[in-house]
Amino acid sequence: MKKIISLISITLLGTQLIAQNPKVGKMVTGKTVFKNARIFVGNGTELSQGSMVIENGKITEVSNSDLSVKFPGSAIIDLKGKSIYPGIISPNNSLGLTEIESIRPTSDFQEIGEYNPNVRTLIAFNTDSEVIPTVRGNGVLITQATPEGGVLSGRSSIMNLDGWNWEDAVLKADDGVWLNWPSKFGMSFNQATFTREVKKNENYQSKIKEIETFFLQAGTVSKDNQYENLKLSALTGILSGSSRLYLAISSDKEAIDAIAFAKTQKIKYPVIVGAVYSDLVIDLLKQNNIPVLIPSTHRLPERADNDVWSAYKLPSRLISKGLLVGMYYNDSYWRTRNLPFVAGNAAGHGLTKAQALSMITINNAKILGIDDLVGTIEAGKLATFVISTGDILDMRTSRIERAFISGKEVLLDDKQKRLAEKYIEKYGIEK
Amino acid sequence: MRKNYGLFLVLLSFWYSSLGQTTVPVNGVRDKRPEYSLFKNATLHVDSKTTITNGWILIKGDRILKVGKDFEFPKEAMIYDLAGKHVYPSFIDLDSDYGMPEIKRQRPTNFYDTQFNSQKEGAFSWNQALKPEVNASDIFKVDDKAASELRKIGFGVVVSHSKDGIARGTSALVSLASGSEKESLLKTQVAAHYSFEKGSSTQTYPVSLMGSVALLRQAIYDSKWYVAGGNSSERNLSLEAMAKNLSLPSIFHGKSLLDELRAEKIGKEFGLKFIQKSGGDEYRRIEEIKKLNSHIIGTVNFPKALDVEDPLDAERVSLEDLKHWEMAPANLAKLAENQINFSISTSDLPEKSTFLTNIQKAITHGLDKNQALEALTSSPAKALKIDDLVGSLKTGLFANFIISTEEIFDPKSKIVENWIQGKKYVINDLSLASINGKYEITLPQFNKVKLDVTGDNDKPSIEIVVNDSTKIKTTTVRDNNFLTINYKKSEKEPGTIRMSGLIDGNAIKGEGKDEKGSNFSWNAVKVSDAQKSKADSVKKQEKPVLGSNIFPFTAYGNTSIPIKEDLLIKNATVWTNEADGIIKTDVLVKNGKIDKVGANLSVPGVKIIDATGKHLTNGIIDEHSHIALFSINEVESVSSEVRQEDVLNSEDINIYRQLAGGVTTSQLLHGSADCIGGQSAIVKLKWGETPDNLIISNSPKFIKFALGENVKRGNAPQTPNRFPSTRMGVEQVFLDAFTRAKAYKAEWNAYNSAKIKTGLKAPKKDLELDALVEILDGNRNITCHSYVQSEINMLMKLADSLGFKVNTLTHILEGYKVADKMKARGIYGSTFSDWWAYKMEVKEAIPFNAAIMTKAGVMTAINSDDAEMARRLNQEAAKTVLYGGLTEEQAWKTVTLNPATMLHLGDRMGSIKAGKDADLVIWNDNPLSIYATPEKTIIEGAIYFDVEKENQKLTEINDEKNRLIQKLLQEKAKGTPTAKPQFRGRLQDIHCDSILEYDGVSIENLDAFLNENNHQH
Repeated sequence: MKKIISLISITLLGTQLIAQNPKVGKMVTGKTVFKNARIFVGNGTELSQGSMVIENGKITEVSNSDLSVKFPGSAIIDLKGKSIYPGIISPNNSLGLTEIESIRPTSDFQEIGEYNPNVRTLIAFNTDSEVIPTVRGNGVLITQATPEGGVLSGRSSIMNLDGWNWEDAVLKADDGVWLNWPSKFGMSFNQATFTREVKKNENYQSKIKEIETFFLQAGTVSKDNQYENLKLSALTGILSGSSRLYLAISSDKEAIDAIAFAKTQKIKYPVIVGAVYSDLVIDLLKQNNIPVLIPSTHRLPERADNDVWSAYKLPSRLISKGLLVGMYYNDSYWRTRNLPFVAGNAAGHGLTKAQALSMITINNAKILGIDDLVGTIEAGKLATFVISTGDILDMRTSRIERAFISGKEVLLDDKQKRLAEKYIEKYGIEK
Repeated sequence: MRKNYGLFLVLLSFWYSSLGQTTVPVNGVRDKRPEYSLFKNATLHVDSKTTITNGWILIKGDRILKVGKDFEFPKEAMIYDLAGKHVYPSFIDLDSDYGMPEIKRQRPTNFYDTQFNSQKEGAFSWNQALKPEVNASDIFKVDDKAASELRKIGFGVVVSHSKDGIARGTSALVSLASGSEKESLLKTQVAAHYSFEKGSSTQTYPVSLMGSVALLRQAIYDSKWYVAGGNSSERNLSLEAMAKNLSLPSIFHGKSLLDELRAEKIGKEFGLKFIQKSGGDEYRRIEEIKKLNSHIIGTVNFPKALDVEDPLDAERVSLEDLKHWEMAPANLAKLAENQINFSISTSDLPEKSTFLTNIQKAITHGLDKNQALEALTSSPAKALKIDDLVGSLKTGLFANFIISTEEIFDPKSKIVENWIQGKKYVINDLSLASINGKYEITLPQFNKVKLDVTGDNDKPSIEIVVNDSTKIKTTTVRDNNFLTINYKKSEKEPGTIRMSGLIDGNAIKGEGKDEKGSNFSWNAVKVSDAQKSKADSVKKQEKPVLGSNIFPFTAYGNTSIPIKEDLLIKNATVWTNEADGIIKTDVLVKNGKIDKVGANLSVPGVKIIDATGKHLTNGIIDEHSHIALFSINEVESVSSEVRQEDVLNSEDINIYRQLAGGVTTSQLLHGSADCIGGQSAIVKLKWGETPDNLIISNSPKFIKFALGENVKRGNAPQTPNRFPSTRMGVEQVFLDAFTRAKAYKAEWNAYNSAKIKTGLKAPKKDLELDALVEILDGNRNITCHSYVQSEINMLMKLADSLGFKVNTLTHILEGYKVADKMKARGIYGSTFSDWWAYKMEVKEAIPFNAAIMTKAGVMTAINSDDAEMARRLNQEAAKTVLYGGLTEEQAWKTVTLNPATMLHLGDRMGSIKAGKDADLVIWNDNPLSIYATPEKTIIEGAIYFDVEKENQKLTEINDEKNRLIQKLLQEKAKGTPTAKPQFRGRLQDIHCDSILEYDGVSIENLDAFLNENNHQH
């Protein structure tokens, strides 16, 4: 009987394990020295025999010599043959805001209406999403939970991919407002010929005027403490320079207008989001010191006439012109685990591997305004990093063994790995 | 001469008897006018080859009585002296809808609300798009406004049909002379007409081009079966008409040369030779068109010059569209050059009045003017066997001819009159004398002025020349001999001076009112005749220089298709996919095959490629792709009658993009909208070849099946009305289909094995069931879209019980749950590397799937189902190393040897072994690495992608675009009207979920799409 009861309890325990996400990360206590590691700092440099000290969730010291000698009482982890990378930052994403793409009840990233700068993704972020651990497994440790749709979609927040709840997971709340710049062209369907055509958007100018008016009114209201308008006052942060304005554009021409808009509105931290190609736009971005977040390399060219590898080559083209370039994964949130690889793909087409890594670590951190916290393996930053035996930008060798978010070691287990275990056991095959 | 007169009398009596009487009573007194007219001294263009100078035509009533010179004629004949004029047979249009009711195309209906049955009342076809019973003669209505437009540009008759549906019924030959329907209708049931467009049909099926092909084929089979006895309980007027129409000349109305090739295949199946309506792009593959040996109905609807002044906007204009703008006017010349029989239609022209200008443009682009004439007269007449009525100036034919001032295609020529069935239609009234010249005139406003009169006789334009220098423009109207002239003294002054005058020989006399209203009188006297106008001295335009043709006709097309070479690839790291594994060695390619694999090979006379430091692999084989297709899904739960081979798009840029990703072979599958989908096409990505040449020779037969959310329309916003809507129903669809197929097979077996067939009716050929019988017979392999274990289990059990085999489970994202069952049946798995969470049925998908299936003994492939992913399948394969720990060799096989094996092509491709196809890729790095890029992609010994030529190609594309843009800008500077560029919408990314139709708009997205668009405008 006893045996049966214990069997049941084990079974129950098993069920519970299967149904739940892995436990939330536990803070590494005391001073810990990681030594003998190849450290990819994230800013382009690399330490071949690196040591890193972490304490209270922060990196306290990094060196290319053995720091374990300096701190004899600390815990020492020898990473011979292994590498340390900064945790990868994934901007512009709906991870945590939706669970199953086609099921509307699981979706919380698009509000109705066109002007919603007041809505916040922060409070909809689901730390218990089963997708999160699968993304974390490839080294993506930070996400920018981003709203979509309308003209002003809402406010994003930057979240650690670990935490008991959103309050616990947030790295930077309400970091910016998302503006979908209107498109000069739209698709139309010609009833006469039954073909799809690209047509000029006749309302383009009036839409721009509408946005300008909105910003103008927001500016006025921000000077009047008595006036209450949730939508308008949601812009206070970007107007004062405490948060970003993300301008999502669909092509070069719109980017030109969006840059001009940011300039006339005196936006302190505008970010252009989208692929830009023309020299004119690149020059404008450079002159105005505006960074750009570009979509994944895994895109088809816009048009048949374009360079077959235009998307692969774009990061190198923009970075070589001196722009600050970050990269986001523009496809489904559950595919974000490929962010390191799509960045790596650019290294096959003009970037160095170090530049490719910077794009999704320090560059993304700078663009999102969190480079004081994360983005590199440097003293003073949060201990958000991974340990891998291979190159985390290349799926061929990438093997992430451990991951730490703000000094807490997170488990790399996930639902998918457990399902695999279950059937490996069923068939009795080797792992 | 006497003899001739005798013939004349014989003809005379014949026409009296045949033409004098009508059935229509006359209200009033009979008013019979002289019936003879004689036209003298014209240059007669009897046909495109024969010209008579100073020739005569005698007509009586509506017919030509005699053509020649100086013959005797009845005294009562009206005589017209046409000295200096030209006479041509009036033109014929074979592709008209003149007099036909307007067709309202249906907006695509809600995809989830299927209309299964025809809404047409009567004993007609089950499908509204089949209307073989429609005779143009029954619905024809005279439309004098439309007729007049066509008369003005020289047409006398048209072959008209109702342009609606896939089988459109028959056409009628109708006259453009004004008169009643009874008089205008010259011949009924001239030809039978077909197309791929369903037109006004509201019925859901077919939604795809391949469905249109299948529907037409099935209808022809049905009609043959019907007239051979058919089913005695069914009377079907459509099938009766369909069968009858098969004996008529048949015209196929496609939109492009690919449609022509597609129609030709259908024609061959049924022994029909289609006359083909052109989309105006035959120049792109003229050799293929020549092989058809068909009459082509050409078009002169040339694309308008595009406005490309804004360089950023011009970026959006494709090379294809730019080149087509340049080449389209040369298309007819290309047809002629290649001895292709053709006629010319006005049907595509939005403004008919531009017709002759466009013909002249075609002539400037190399079309011989006699061939142009032939294409408008004798050629269309012969094509539809109406040359006994129209098409030349010969005795007994209708008196249909054009009188022009110059040779008809001369830019300054004017059509004076168009005679149709003996009725005169004045097109340009030249009875007014020219008043062109310089006149001296006294006007109170000026000291010394002259009038300079130029322009057409009936539309003169007048300038007032002050002091022999300043020119003032006037607005002038001539009404017979009365002139009205208005002008301003100078640009700055507000008042207008008004004058009117009467033309009297060389003088114009008149009076006027100045800007203040005071009267004055004036008198102008001609002092010199007009100088030769500019139009007269226009130099013959030089034949334009055109860019070179490319295969396919899009960016990255080659001026010639790559050809196979003998190659020796030295010192590569070769991934053999054989027992040797990954080795450093040489590979010799001969005659498209791998000839030898071995170290230090040395062969004289072959091209040597040094691959030191590089990796050499097989070309990637994508087991699941939807590129290079015009349509993906049909809509019936069982759609096995449709074939992807019917809708190959050889011009899809994704073919080239995938070559650049090392892909050489793809299985192009039907989508997953239906439980039983269409038949697959297995192609090699031979960029530049025709659709048929892409298909692998003797390729094994495959078909798509599907389960789950897509077939049950699980993601529909409302409950769909098509069965099945649950997984329970899906099983029954399969069970029912195979039960029917078995009965069908038994019926045919019984019929075929009967020794004496007299009295036996052959069963009806059923394209849908034929494919299922092939499955039952083991001649067609199933690739089944599948996700969750319950439904997979169901299909396996069902296949066991019905006696067929499932070849491949594709997607198979829960394959890891049923790997043991798959292994037991020898079923292959073809899956994604790491997709999941995009819908409910993939919430238990895991990236370890491929590795677990492989380790459990299931042969596994990684596929793309996506044009973007397909060009990096090497990376997807690498993920099986990351997730689940396959070896690199195992991983590589998931995109090469394994898919080859599951496509039953393992003996021909998939490994580097002597005797196999030389489909090879040279990589700059380990092909499983994110940093690897193909350097050369070779198919059967021909290099289709070469990274070294990539920059050169891009430069060529840019140079060619720039040349064309410069040419367009010159056109605009010349004053040619330009059009805002119509940019092509990019086809949306296609997966098997896409119900792709209507130029890239999914039906299920169309409503949203249209609404979105309405908001914008």
